[in-house]
Amino acid sequence: MDEKKIYEILESVKDPEIPVLSIADLGILRNVEISEEGKLIVTITPTYSGCPAMDTIEKDILKALNSEGYDAEIKTSISPAWTTDWLTKKGRKNLEEYGIAPPAESTTDKSFLTGSHKELRCPQCKSTDTEMISHFGSTACKALYKCKDCLEPFDYFKCI
Amino acid sequence: MTEEKALYNYLIRLGDNALILGQRLGEWCGHAHQLESDIALTNVALDQIGQARLLLSEAANLQGEGKSEDHLAFHRDEQDFRNNLLVEMENGDFGQTITRQFLFDVYQYHLLKAFCKSENDFLKAFAEKSIKEVTYHRSLSRDWMVRLGDGTENSHQKMQDAINLLWQYTGELFEMDESDEVLMEAGIVPDLSEIKSIWDKEVKTVIDEATLAIPDTRGFMATGARKKGEHTEYMGYILSEMQYLPRSMPDAKW
Ligand SMILES: [Zn+2]
Repeated sequence: MDEKKIYEILESVKDPEIPVLSIADLGILRNVEISEEGKLIVTITPTYSGCPAMDTIEKDILKALNSEGYDAEIKTSISPAWTTDWLTKKGRKNLEEYGIAPPAESTTDKSFLTGSHKELRCPQCKSTDTEMISHFGSTACKALYKCKDCLEPFDYFKCI
Repeated sequence: MTEEKALYNYLIRLGDNALILGQRLGEWCGHAHQLESDIALTNVALDQIGQARLLLSEAANLQGEGKSEDHLAFHRDEQDFRNNLLVEMENGDFGQTITRQFLFDVYQYHLLKAFCKSENDFLKAFAEKSIKEVTYHRSLSRDWMVRLGDGTENSHQKMQDAINLLWQYTGELFEMDESDEVLMEAGIVPDLSEIKSIWDKEVKTVIDEATLAIPDTRGFMATGARKKGEHTEYMGYILSEMQYLPRSMPDAKW
């Protein structure tokens, strides 16, 4: 199998809700292998149990691979559970440029549970004088913050 | 009872709790007092529906009759649902919804924590994923319990009324039957009486902090209703809204 080529195709599949993140950058692409019949088996994992983007992502992967002549099948696995620790460096950078603050801590740091967040930088003006408005944002994976300097609200890709 | 049958019963019970609570919370969409709360409640609803899908899919697989999660959600009648009465209770005002959510979140959180050590691979994987979501739910409902309980005279009274109404349905959360016994024996599920002592302690701490009081009607409704498929008068209304479309147009596709 032409691994580089397949990776390039999969890299072109984006999260439909955050189009600057590829499924690889988001960490939901878990595995690619070839079955005995020569089919590509692509394993993905949902971010949240109820993530409504999963069906679209599955279809987008199949469309991208089929259009390049690959026969493919999607498998969904919930174990090991997805974590924001799997977001790539490139993914984090793209998120911030897009206006969403990337996760500030790793899940092994439990400060997010006690509310004592590490410094969270406003993606607009880069000020660290920010405060949380709500644990829940426009999609399951985001919380809502406000910048006290430029006064803009912004989304934070919360740590799970 | 075989272990497989017990596991099927247990998955249906968990799945129905998540499904009915998700449906209830979804009723808030567009109705909360502020945008943030509206979004928060519907996010929690979405997580519950997602969890219900995983649980009911697994139950359908186990059943092996070629049925799907949708079949279990939309084509079962009221007496076949095994959710706890607490989750079908009316939303009431925001405080009542938060109280119902808080009582359930603490329960669900500690149940999932126990499943993380389950001998069953599915239940373990399911719990390791869902507990991350429920951690946020529990933090949301706990914050609001304290904020509203220890708030104005009016908000305090509304929260106390909500606790007085809902408390009688909490005893049922910890009822066990033959399915529990079979699965406990196999190290798949925890003893609910152990979950209950953790729940009691945590709920009391938060209710104290919220300057509210626990009424003494404990366990009043713990009558084994779930085992017999008995529900409150609300259940029929929930199902008629949830099931109407797939039943009247069984072949409808997106
Ligand atoms: Zn700013």
